[in-house]
Amino acid sequence: MRQFSYSRPTALSDAWDDFEHARYLAGGTNLVDLMKSDVERPNHVIDLNSLPLNKVEELPDGRLRLGALVTNADTAAHPLVTERYPLLASAILAGASPQIRNRATNGGNLNQRTRCHYFYDPDMACNKRSPGTGCSAKGGRNRIMAILGTSEACIATFPSDMCVALAALNATVTLAGSQGERSVAFRDYHRLPGDQPWQDNILLPGEIVTSIDLPALSFGPHYTYLKIRDRLSFAFAIVSVAVGLQMESDVIQKAHIALGGVGTKPWCVPEAEALLEGKTPSLSLFRDTAECLLRGAVTDRDNAAKLRLAPRVIMRALSQAADGTPQSQTYKSIS
Amino acid sequence: MTVISTTIGQSVSRIDGFAKVTGQARYAAEPHPSGMLYGVIVNSPIARGRIETIREEAARAVPGVVEIMTHLNRPHTALFEKSYVDGLGVPGSPYRPLHDGEIRFNGQPVAVVFAETFEAAREAAMLMEVDYERWPHNADFEVALHQKYMPEKPRSNYVPPKSRGKAAEAYALSPIKVEGHYHLAPEHHNPMEMHATTVIVEDDGKFTVWDKTQGPQAVQAYLTSALSLSKDQVRVRNPYVGGAFGSGLRAQHNVFLAALAAKMLKRSVRVSLTRQQMFTHVFRPEAIMDIALGATPDGTLQSMIVEGVTDTSRFEHNMENLVVWGLINYKCPNATADYKVVPRDTYTSSDMRAPGAATGVNLFEMAIDEMAYACSMDPLTFRLHNYSDIDAMHDMPLTSKALREAMLQGAERFGWQNRPMTPGKMRDGKELIGWGMATGIWDAMFSPTSARARLTADGRLHIATAASDIGTGTYTILAQTASEAFNIPLDQIDIELGDSTLPQCPTEGGSWTAASAGAAVWLACQSLREKLFKTLGKNSNISAWLTEGLRHNTVVLQDGFLKNTDGDEAFEMSLRDALSLTGQTELEVEETAKPGLRGTISQMRKARFTHSAVFCEVRVDEELGIVRVTRLVNAVAAGRIMNPKTAASQVRGAMVMATGMALHEESLMDERVGRFMNHNFSEYHIPAHADIPDMDVLFVNEEDTEVSPLGIKGVGEIGMCGTAAAIANAIFHATGRRHYNLPIVPGD
Repeated sequence: MRQFSYSRPTALSDAWDDFEHARYLAGGTNLVDLMKSDVERPNHVIDLNSLPLNKVEELPDGRLRLGALVTNADTAAHPLVTERYPLLASAILAGASPQIRNRATNGGNLNQRTRCHYFYDPDMACNKRSPGTGCSAKGGRNRIMAILGTSEACIATFPSDMCVALAALNATVTLAGSQGERSVAFRDYHRLPGDQPWQDNILLPGEIVTSIDLPALSFGPHYTYLKIRDRLSFAFAIVSVAVGLQMESDVIQKAHIALGGVGTKPWCVPEAEALLEGKTPSLSLFRDTAECLLRGAVTDRDNAAKLRLAPRVIMRALSQAADGTPQSQTYKSIS
Repeated sequence: MTVISTTIGQSVSRIDGFAKVTGQARYAAEPHPSGMLYGVIVNSPIARGRIETIREEAARAVPGVVEIMTHLNRPHTALFEKSYVDGLGVPGSPYRPLHDGEIRFNGQPVAVVFAETFEAAREAAMLMEVDYERWPHNADFEVALHQKYMPEKPRSNYVPPKSRGKAAEAYALSPIKVEGHYHLAPEHHNPMEMHATTVIVEDDGKFTVWDKTQGPQAVQAYLTSALSLSKDQVRVRNPYVGGAFGSGLRAQHNVFLAALAAKMLKRSVRVSLTRQQMFTHVFRPEAIMDIALGATPDGTLQSMIVEGVTDTSRFEHNMENLVVWGLINYKCPNATADYKVVPRDTYTSSDMRAPGAATGVNLFEMAIDEMAYACSMDPLTFRLHNYSDIDAMHDMPLTSKALREAMLQGAERFGWQNRPMTPGKMRDGKELIGWGMATGIWDAMFSPTSARARLTADGRLHIATAASDIGTGTYTILAQTASEAFNIPLDQIDIELGDSTLPQCPTEGGSWTAASAGAAVWLACQSLREKLFKTLGKNSNISAWLTEGLRHNTVVLQDGFLKNTDGDEAFEMSLRDALSLTGQTELEVEETAKPGLRGTISQMRKARFTHSAVFCEVRVDEELGIVRVTRLVNAVAAGRIMNPKTAASQVRGAMVMATGMALHEESLMDERVGRFMNHNFSEYHIPAHADIPDMDVLFVNEEDTEVSPLGIKGVGEIGMCGTAAAIANAIFHATGRRHYNLPIVPGD
């Protein structure tokens, strides 16, 4: 960790502009780690924890607003979240450990960096960490790397569980910066690496996430968050699937699906969701949906297992959602 | 008569538990001598080459930085390479930290930055710029396999495989054959406490070195030899060790660098490794084993052919007893084995919990399971059918082997008799249920050890030996031993361990400490009692009952008192009073235990092993292949069990580690750079609570008067041996699919 200065504003200011390499601090579960590993080298840290962004509130139009500074743990346990968005609560509880969820915030969850071994090791070439140095994950030990949305410059997986549910839910992200406030669709918040993998998302310099707004949506019991990982708890996803189905009798009216662990961002394919609409659930329908979701997947040296597993995980998740038997995050048997 | 409630064989809670959970137990990185400097190591990013230039300007400019130690400015160290061979070193050319500018492995320390604060040292370390000339290297195990060799001079504890019969011919003629190519990924020890050293430079210039080690005397010997220091100049302490699993067997570079810096700077220093840096030194070697077994249709083994390879560095020859276990443990007329090592440009692999056996037993037991199925025989029945009552490789009798009892009792506890033979027959919803078993074997070793017993004026018994309690419960079982040997309550005993100035004790490891240090403590207590009685007997001023009792040998120690068994209950005396009657302020003895309580060597003509039988239930999702271990039963035959509570805890801990071996732990080598890339706990997966079921450990009665003076065999490693195989075999029983590569991970 290198020397840095520190401030803790009580209102969003233009503090950012005073520093060449400033970073925002919320829960610190990722930033502090990265600073200790010499991956992030801010010369100034702006602590956001005194900003009034720590509420979960109902909006007049029926949406639910999650403050950027509400912790993952409080979000997952909030009565309105468990009642209306059990998919989100389930995805949050599938991630990290209770200790980390107690610290980590919603805004921070969106902005966490990849867990790519090569990104985390400053001795290795990495375009995401040090633009232009190359990607050593390609051809390296890349079992955990992405198979969707990759580029020549980067194959790093976006690691969040929570964001997979937010993508499925079609949430909206509210941002604030020196140019004022704006809202973007959650699915447009994260960027594909392309030839600029160092930009994980569409945040402008100095801009922060102020809230995540969830649309008024109900799936009843027809949802699930199914996560496959290398041990039964406290590991990032190899493949995860968030599904919410709006069903009437046996027919899927509308489908919401996102994948985690396989993409360079939370992975959504509208065509795959459209495939399900107006249909009755069946294994062959789910197989077609999985194929559509995974179209264009590219594997590298070690991560072909993800492509072998992913269709099966997607089909199982769709079955769980259609059957109304969402995956438990405490009982580890997969329903 | 008072009954002593705390003695050998009782489940006593750790006597050091309170100190540990209240933070009073001090570990290597915890002393804070005044003026101490913090050292942070800079590691090489290349696997092989030479340092060209070191640019220190930016680092030196960080406020608080005091010195940067490199090969260019380090103080004088020993001239000859052999001075750097540590007690448990392996043949070859030992790594000498900061010796010269040559890079021999990725992660090699190239500089240590010392500063007034840890933060300044770390920042400066990040600012160091080192240029290298890169030389070609090989860190690819597959490529290294083409260079396999047998070291000219094997390691001292290496057991050469011994062939019997005509294995190849018998195999060719066997009606039933199985062959498998097995692989184990490299693993890192990763104890909870990272390696660290604090060197306190005392007022007289002497060094008190707090090091995370399993052998304070070995580290002391290494430091004095490698740094050309006199023996009385270095005292090494490790009263508490937060796990080690073998990573503390050899002196690690942190202790050398810390002591070297203290010599250079004449100031107290601390060097501690980060979790990432824990992946820059020792690891369990990667291994392959080719196993071919031949049998007749009635399930009688006819031939065993085992070939194994593990990796070592380019400069040292680390070897394991990898291929011998099946040859020792199974009756089979024809058997042969071959072992080689392969060199890689990495640091030297090293012993990790049950070295050789953790790999060799587990992989062999997977092959045995396959053979049992090839013979259409229940795997337990198959093992009983091919049971050997002797060390079949050396054709030597055993001091004891209650493996049969372990298999039968474990099977009963598990409910093995209800197991359908055919795989895939048990299910619950979408999960297939499988039951697997395997047996374990590990050496029962004994090493000569000394201990001191001292009775002080306050009537307390003090026990001291240079043993290390690496979290296993050594303090507690030695207190129990002393309690029984001296017949004194546990709370009147003080145990002192982990200090190189204490009576000689070998480095903790190999599961020999309980047997060895236990015997030394027992002897010392016996001897102290004799000395007490003898000294008292010389005093004419003692009461008549005591004089008479001593004369007729009817005085005994009981519950912390001297009593005359021949007389009235009233005739008793406290130890404090007894000591004051001797006219001494304290009585002290030191004794050395050798094989056999009085130094006999008869048992050297017998082989000595600990055994176990492990039974496992797994549930495997039939579509996704996700494995859950839902039950583990381990029946252990380990001679006399000093403390069932701490012993079972050790076995359970090893079973957790073996679950990691079976399903999770794998250090991912990027051979392009020679670095293990998943060098943190986020991506090097050890089992989480959710991965571990209730574990049932039972100890089988096994009386063995020959294995060691107190009949102890030790339980530190046995839990590793067999558990991973039981899990793999259970996965086969659930799914009908064999896996030959550990760990078995999602997507395999």
